[in-house]
Amino acid sequence: MALPKYTETRYRIWHYIYIGLCSFVFFFLIAPLFVIFPLSFNAEEFLVFSEGMKRLDPDAFSLRWYEDMIYGTKNPWGLAAKNSFFIAVFATIGAVILGTVAALGLSSRHMPYKGLIMATLISPMIVPLIISGVAIFFFIAKIGLAATHLGIIIAHIILGTPFVVITVTATLSGFDHSVTRAASSLGSDPVNTFMKITLPLILPGVISGALFAFVTSFDEVVVVLFLAGLDNTTIPIQMWTGLREQLSPTILAVATCLIILSTLILVTAELLRRRSERIRGINR
Amino acid sequence: MSSETQKILTTDGIPLEVSLKKAEKKNKIKAFLLVAPLLLFIIITYIFPIGEMFTRSIDDRMVTNMLPKTFKAMETWDGKELPSEEVFAAFLSDYRALAEKKEHGKLGQRLNKEKNGFNTILKKLFRKMKKFEEGNAKEQIMEIHKRFRDVKYWQAIKRTAPPYTMGKYLKGMDMYFDEDGKVVQVEEGRRIHRILWLRTLEIAVVVTILCFLMGYPIAHLLATLPMKYSNLLMICVLLPFWTSLLVRTASWMILLQQQGIVNDFFVMIGLVSDDNRPEMMYNKTGTYIAMTQILLPFMVLPLYSVMKTISPSLMRAGKSLGGTPFVAFWKVYFPLTIPGIGAGCLLVFILAIGYYITPALVGGASGTLISNQIAYHMKETLDWSFASAMGLMLLTGVLVVYWIYNKLVGIDNIKLG
Repeated sequence: MALPKYTETRYRIWHYIYIGLCSFVFFFLIAPLFVIFPLSFNAEEFLVFSEGMKRLDPDAFSLRWYEDMIYGTKNPWGLAAKNSFFIAVFATIGAVILGTVAALGLSSRHMPYKGLIMATLISPMIVPLIISGVAIFFFIAKIGLAATHLGIIIAHIILGTPFVVITVTATLSGFDHSVTRAASSLGSDPVNTFMKITLPLILPGVISGALFAFVTSFDEVVVVLFLAGLDNTTIPIQMWTGLREQLSPTILAVATCLIILSTLILVTAELLRRRSERIRGINR
Repeated sequence: MSSETQKILTTDGIPLEVSLKKAEKKNKIKAFLLVAPLLLFIIITYIFPIGEMFTRSIDDRMVTNMLPKTFKAMETWDGKELPSEEVFAAFLSDYRALAEKKEHGKLGQRLNKEKNGFNTILKKLFRKMKKFEEGNAKEQIMEIHKRFRDVKYWQAIKRTAPPYTMGKYLKGMDMYFDEDGKVVQVEEGRRIHRILWLRTLEIAVVVTILCFLMGYPIAHLLATLPMKYSNLLMICVLLPFWTSLLVRTASWMILLQQQGIVNDFFVMIGLVSDDNRPEMMYNKTGTYIAMTQILLPFMVLPLYSVMKTISPSLMRAGKSLGGTPFVAFWKVYFPLTIPGIGAGCLLVFILAIGYYITPALVGGASGTLISNQIAYHMKETLDWSFASAMGLMLLTGVLVVYWIYNKLVGIDNIKLG
């Protein structure tokens, strides 16, 4: 942002202060993530940059913590990763189905009590997590599903649906309903219309809702801490235990993998958002 | 002319009005049926359990269920003088039944909360009652300890008769019912919960302010820069947003430790000496820094989406009408961003107030907040009714914040990116 030539000195100074502040904030946001990256390749056991690393000595770097993560004895990460993916995938499927169907109903202009129902549906998102955790725990324990995968999946469906409802209703707000009417006037039954017309058009919203639901489940630790038994340990639980007891470089190796995963999710989400904007732009 | 002929009829011969209403109703039912599965699911798995938290938090039937005969016998007791032989006999029989089920310890702990010293005499009763002779329960029990001869201890049992109590809520505010049923404060040095409430509020408010001060300028920059630069910078906001909370907490633990990079940097630029490195973790500083970075995207995204809709020509108009850039900003731009500020602050505040993972890891002793306490009672002491009571107190606070927000800004203005 170049300033016009006639800018007075004091505004010039203000402008540079503003740019400086913004740069600092961006650095503050992104830099912590990059610290983990090099340290996870540390050959030593300490969580500081060794002298060798500062000299970029190749011997100071190693993959031993990644080996430990994958092959290490009595190592919980394999099971945790398996559980995390299993739970997150099924929680996402559940949340997407329930959330998308509900969003279709909510965007209908005939829907009675829209505000109240919407508030109820998104309440798990706006109530502090610890309270949701207590409530969900009481329910899951009562139906006897504590310390089971199914129990955690149900809990994560509850936490994930609000995101799907919000993203899909947002996509549907720019949706031209005359295309579905056209389809039915041409003799298509409602299910066929949904699969062939509506779904492809709202797909970007559905997928970005699914990403939210997936990340919510994959990253969720508060409710899982209440619900999980020894067999249901997940990556966040292992990280939580590891960070509380002692910070080992293996955690950093795991963290690096998680950052790569989140980068992939970010790229997908951004591409979808742009695509959805394009589609909605055409519809308008 | 009769009114019949004026009505427009459909091809089936039904008046159009009726036919339309019918169609409308059908559409309503259709829409509702789509929403119904999720609505039922959320109500059963989430809304009811929150209601259950309430009944759990005020439920006080434990003693009543443990001493059924005693309470029956006590119905005729006036509560002023020592109860009759009948009550003593019923109590002894109830207590023996409990001892057989090995639940007598629980009763002792519960009654000790009602009247100090109860547990000791009950333990004594437990040891001596094996040698009791038939009948004459009153005399034999009163022999064991002089406290059994004190009417106050019997009144304490009677006080637990009502099935509901607000006791857990009072405990959450460091108060309790004294022997006369009056509300009194816990003594000065033991008011732990009040400290926790205030600390939770303080951290939430400070983090919200810090997020606002840091988030506003960058949201403005992102909204005013040309697309190709702002998309690139947006990654700095979105990557942390999508990254696991625990990963970000871990990175702050590495950065802020005493031999960590931040301290290294301070030593390098000569801000502090090498053997005098400041503690930046395991205190409030660490909590503020880490939580601000973690919650900042939630401030930036709503601000950005609002600022994006403000036309730059408004600022130009303000300036061309004679305002300095500051006046133009303050009078034109800033008021237009208030919905974004409201949404961002609300989001950050609500998230911060229910947070406990990050403070627990980087906050040290000062990182214990209300949520930690709730989790502690859920998992360690298993005092679920107290955890429920504190959870609902927190929820009430949050709802009050929503209400104020709705009055000030309007809840419909919330946008999620």
